[in-house]
Amino acid sequence: MDKILEIKNLKASVTETEEKILNGLNLSIGKGETHAIMGPNGGGKSTLVNVIAGKDSYSVDSGEIEFFSEDLIEMEVDERAKKGIFMAFQYPSEIPGVRPWQFIKASVDSKRKFLGEKELSVREFSKIYDENIKIVGMNQDLMKRSLNEGFSGGEKKRNEVFQMLMLEPQLALLDETDSGLDVDALKSVGDVVNRMRNNERSFLIVTHYQRLLDHIKPDFVHVLIKGKIVESGGYELVKKIEENGYESFV
Amino acid sequence: MENNSLSRESKLEDKEYKWGFTTDVDTEVVPKGLSEEVVKLISKKKKEPNWLFDWRLKAYKHWLKQDEKEGEPEWAMVEYPKIDYQDIHYYAAPNKSDAPKSLDEVDPEMLEAFEKLGIPLEERAQLAGVAVDAVFDSVSVATTYEKQLKELGIIFCSFSEAVQNHPDLIKKYLGSVVPYSDNYFANLNSAVFSDGSFIYIPEGVRCPIELMTYFRINTADTGQFERTLIVADKNSYVSYLEGCTAPIRKSSQLHAAVVELVALDGAEIKYSTLQNWYPGNKDGEGGVYNFVTKRGKCGNKSKISWTQVETGSAITWKYPSVILQGDDSIGEFYSVALTNNHQQADTGTKMIHIGKNTKSTIVAKGISAGKGNNTYRGQVKILPSAENSQNFTQCDSLLIGDQCGAITLPYIEVKNPTAKLEHEASTSKVSDEQLFYLMQRGLDEEEAHHMIITGWSKEVFKELPFEFAVEAGQLLKVSLEGAVG
Ligand SMILES: Nc1ncnc2c1ncn2[C@@H]1O[C@H](COP(=O)(O)OP(=O)(O)O)[C@@H](O)[C@H]1O
Ligand SMILES: [Mg+2]
Repeated sequence: MDKILEIKNLKASVTETEEKILNGLNLSIGKGETHAIMGPNGGGKSTLVNVIAGKDSYSVDSGEIEFFSEDLIEMEVDERAKKGIFMAFQYPSEIPGVRPWQFIKASVDSKRKFLGEKELSVREFSKIYDENIKIVGMNQDLMKRSLNEGFSGGEKKRNEVFQMLMLEPQLALLDETDSGLDVDALKSVGDVVNRMRNNERSFLIVTHYQRLLDHIKPDFVHVLIKGKIVESGGYELVKKIEENGYESFV
Repeated sequence: MENNSLSRESKLEDKEYKWGFTTDVDTEVVPKGLSEEVVKLISKKKKEPNWLFDWRLKAYKHWLKQDEKEGEPEWAMVEYPKIDYQDIHYYAAPNKSDAPKSLDEVDPEMLEAFEKLGIPLEERAQLAGVAVDAVFDSVSVATTYEKQLKELGIIFCSFSEAVQNHPDLIKKYLGSVVPYSDNYFANLNSAVFSDGSFIYIPEGVRCPIELMTYFRINTADTGQFERTLIVADKNSYVSYLEGCTAPIRKSSQLHAAVVELVALDGAEIKYSTLQNWYPGNKDGEGGVYNFVTKRGKCGNKSKISWTQVETGSAITWKYPSVILQGDDSIGEFYSVALTNNHQQADTGTKMIHIGKNTKSTIVAKGISAGKGNNTYRGQVKILPSAENSQNFTQCDSLLIGDQCGAITLPYIEVKNPTAKLEHEASTSKVSDEQLFYLMQRGLDEEEAHHMIITGWSKEVFKELPFEFAVEAGQLLKVSLEGAVG
């Protein structure tokens, strides 16, 4: 099986405080696989996702991260993104005065340019944009505002999923995208992930809840506690967590 | 982190002023220095009527007094070496004595200079539907669209031409908004002003195109003293765009312009500026000193709106103002001022409410990067006669990096209790979270900054005519090159 992401003995800390968060984490994700990560609050799930995306408020102290066999650690954030890593943020930023359309067009353009693909005309782009808005069930009026400004928590999450659909990543990292969503929104997030799944694309889904995973049925489930993956398994692991909590893993 | 800031430094050094070049046009230069003789010479070269010469002379004498008494104003938050007013040329004109009638007659080298500035005169003017009165150094060299405008009775010409052809209008309105004695720099300008633009829109006429002037400072060490006068007669409308770039110079260049706007009853004037003059190198050497007096006066139910994007000059000293004299008149000021490297900007506005039911809006945005220093200085004055007046002021500062600064100095004076004033202020930094978010979507650091900054400036940009707004975005990008990324 071709590997998309290979993490070996990863140790990472908060840059400012030097607090150690990830303590020798191993994770291997193959092409077309969907992985779920569960774990108690403060275990390092967001840290892991942000380190993969390249956020510099975290420092990698040792270990390896390879994306398609290429070292990620020294790579710029935008280069990782253009090579196909997408992160759906737990708390997406608000950007005043920037319309979502403008922002996503710029993102798609810069990715296509990087990959040597032709820039989409405004018409081509708009067609895809409008279709995807419908698929995700975004409120059209909302998309006329500034990016994420005045969006509810749920609307921000939907917007993240919409961007994922637009950018067609190789590896999508979803950080608690299901938190704060109502049942309908949750279903539509699950639907989008399922419709995007294919032999080439992989997902890493961070969640606290069984609900989303029931919908998505991940191939692998990992339990992350205190900066380490303490157990990995299949979907049945979700049931075990639901019944016994995380205590049985410590 | 250390590495990061090092590479920023070196990028800063690499930065070159994109429009830095000099054109070698034979210029006719009056010897350096300022005296009654020089004032006389300028007036004579321009074949001015006696009353105008007298006006210049009064201005010169007043300036002398002021210079002896207190010299340059020192209240602004800008620092610069003392200007030697005897070490400046007060007049320079391209060598051809007769003004060209068409583009064919324009010096090819001059046209080339305009090309480099990104203003292919003919195409641009025609495609964009813009009439261009290009001021090259002190004399206007090309005017397009003049005929079309003439049919509507609109006058759009150089100031010198107006003095010859429309002396009554000039006599009536020159100094009516900014008296020659107004302030040190306006005073200097009144004595030695070289050229500029004159616009007259007749009663009830809506000017169908955006009128535009590009200014450029060319001859070495030539102070440029433009004088612009726009008169919008009753119930007329005009939108005027002013865009500027200047070439690299070793010693600093003084620029002291005066712009007067007269909006008679029911008239509207929209005045937009893109100011992109040479800001000096990264050590703060060279660069244009920009001391400008811009003011408009409103009649009843009239409106004056200033919109400016200021990214250039080593020093900017500029307070476009509106005297709301007529009842129900409206004054607006929308500004984005960017300072990078060692640039200093002390800019803002004055809204003087005199008439009843007058309204003013101020949206002032300052962006500081590098070691740039940005001061907003705004004055809102409600006089006793200004029943039911309103002002809304919003001052926002955006800081990029931690070596720059922003200061907001609002002065409010209310002499009528029925006035309503609202003031909002904010200071923000481009946050790491925002940058990371945009970069995670594939924008590089510079693009990400640019997107955040143009978004932040949007309330001002949307007041600009469309093509100008696009250019303004580009200008911010160029001006910030090397400051980020
Ligand atoms: N930027 C930060 N500054 C300081 N501490 C942080 C920062 N980010 C995360 N941490 C700390 O790292 C630990 C793990 O956080 P996180 O990765 O967000 O956990 P999870 O997503 O699993 O809840 C927590 O103790 C948290 O307080
Ligand atoms: Mg988290």
